[in-house]
Amino acid sequence: MKRAALAILLLLLFGAARLPLELHLAAAQRAAGFRTTSLDLPLRDQIGQMSFVAALSGFRSLVAALLWIESHNAWADLEWGRMAGLFQNVTTLQPRSILYWDLAAWHMAWNASIAALENKDQPSKILRERAQRQYWELGKKFYEDGLKANPDSAELWEKLAILQRDKFEDHAAAAQAFLTAADKPDAHGYVRRMAGYELAKVPGRETDAHAILRAAYDRGDRQPTLLRVLRELEEKLGVPTDQRIKQTP
Amino acid sequence: MSAPLFSPTRIGALAWNTLTELTRLKVFYFLLIFALLVIGNSFFMARLSFEEEFQMLKDVSLGAMSIFTSLIAILATAMLLPKDLEDRTTFTILAKPVPRHEYLLGKLLGILLLLAISLLVMTGLFLLVLWLRQEAALAGLRAQLTGEDLTRATDAIHAATFNANLLPGILVIFIKAALLAALTLMVSAFASSAIFTMMITLAAYFIGHLQATAREYWLEGIDIQWWTRGLLALLALLFPDLQAFNLIDDIVAGVPVTLSLFAQTFTLGLFYVAVYYLLACFFFARREL
Repeated sequence: MKRAALAILLLLLFGAARLPLELHLAAAQRAAGFRTTSLDLPLRDQIGQMSFVAALSGFRSLVAALLWIESHNAWADLEWGRMAGLFQNVTTLQPRSILYWDLAAWHMAWNASIAALENKDQPSKILRERAQRQYWELGKKFYEDGLKANPDSAELWEKLAILQRDKFEDHAAAAQAFLTAADKPDAHGYVRRMAGYELAKVPGRETDAHAILRAAYDRGDRQPTLLRVLRELEEKLGVPTDQRIKQTP
Repeated sequence: MSAPLFSPTRIGALAWNTLTELTRLKVFYFLLIFALLVIGNSFFMARLSFEEEFQMLKDVSLGAMSIFTSLIAILATAMLLPKDLEDRTTFTILAKPVPRHEYLLGKLLGILLLLAISLLVMTGLFLLVLWLRQEAALAGLRAQLTGEDLTRATDAIHAATFNANLLPGILVIFIKAALLAALTLMVSAFASSAIFTMMITLAAYFIGHLQATAREYWLEGIDIQWWTRGLLALLALLFPDLQAFNLIDDIVAGVPVTLSLFAQTFTLGLFYVAVYYLLACFFFARREL
């Protein structure tokens, strides 16, 4: 008994001595992007007690990987709703993984939405189209939530822009997302040009589009689409002949 | 002339002997399970895209490495002292001019050696599988793509497979296992049986992962009852903050780890190991054998 009390006392003294070090390290780790995931009770209900305990015990990425594999089984069985739930859990467990956000959004906005539109069990076209749009929205939400956790990810901004362009046909929103992506350090070189193409489709934004695309041209870009859109904009904006791009690249 | 506090020869002999004993305990079967897990995992992943495949491979392999090193650290260390007492080896060793602190240090170094070898083998196997899958993906791409597309896809594959952050992540797995081994040795130094040591250390393992939450509730002025605050303070002071050593979860997700952060984390781990060892010496010195 005396020995146990002594053991506890010594451990408490050690705990007091290391406390400032732990607090300092925890703050440094958070600042560097570690230990930002919060595992709450709703997640426990969704992933089950065992998985939750495993996630709490330092096997968060392992549980996320196993749930992702499970989502592949759901995909094989075309269980889109179950897939969405599993993706929600995976991204909650691993919010810093761009891949999980991207693929979750892609599955919802592209695969699940098409499956909803082609659902033979639903005779109403209006309801099928509504379901399709709901999956687009779900995909968009995955991108937006992913960007809350990873605001500097050029990849997620670019993918959100593609979704806005190809599914919602919201060219102003697509252009804005492409422009945000272009400002990120790991952005692809073509992303700013994509913003220009999208702005060219927005009434009233032709001047902005022209400025972006002309800058790309002046940098040496000569893609056929770039030349075609630039010529169209020059025509539309009435750019003086001597300031227009050359007719032959 | 007074005798030196530590004799490297005696400690080396004890550590080597501990390692030999532990390998005879068939603890290396854990490695076989790990190997099967990784290989099975790799075969399954033929159904996934290459980016998913590499993410899964890293998640599952590094998670498995973390589980197995933690289990080896706790289970193998918990059996060390009781087994020596049961075989009466302890009496033979301590009857010779071997101080108790040297005996414990030899035991600790032996288990750390086993953990290092296990982790090295697992890392080697993991990197081999990752490299094989990477080469398979690259071969597939070379057959399909050319020019700039091939370069871009090759870069994407390289970025998804090997990166410099994996190494500090694996070293942090090692220091966490070393911490658990030292903690187990400390409990074992005053515990009456191996089962008791295992139960206490496994409980400490789970509580240790929640220690940071308890500490936050204790220190951050959240409105709770005084006795709850007291209990949380007790938990925060008694148990190690094991979440500090879970960098690998975020490293596999792509979060970069700086040298300074790695050094701070590793140093805190070494500090824990040193203090738990000193406490183990303290308890073991007073123990009646």
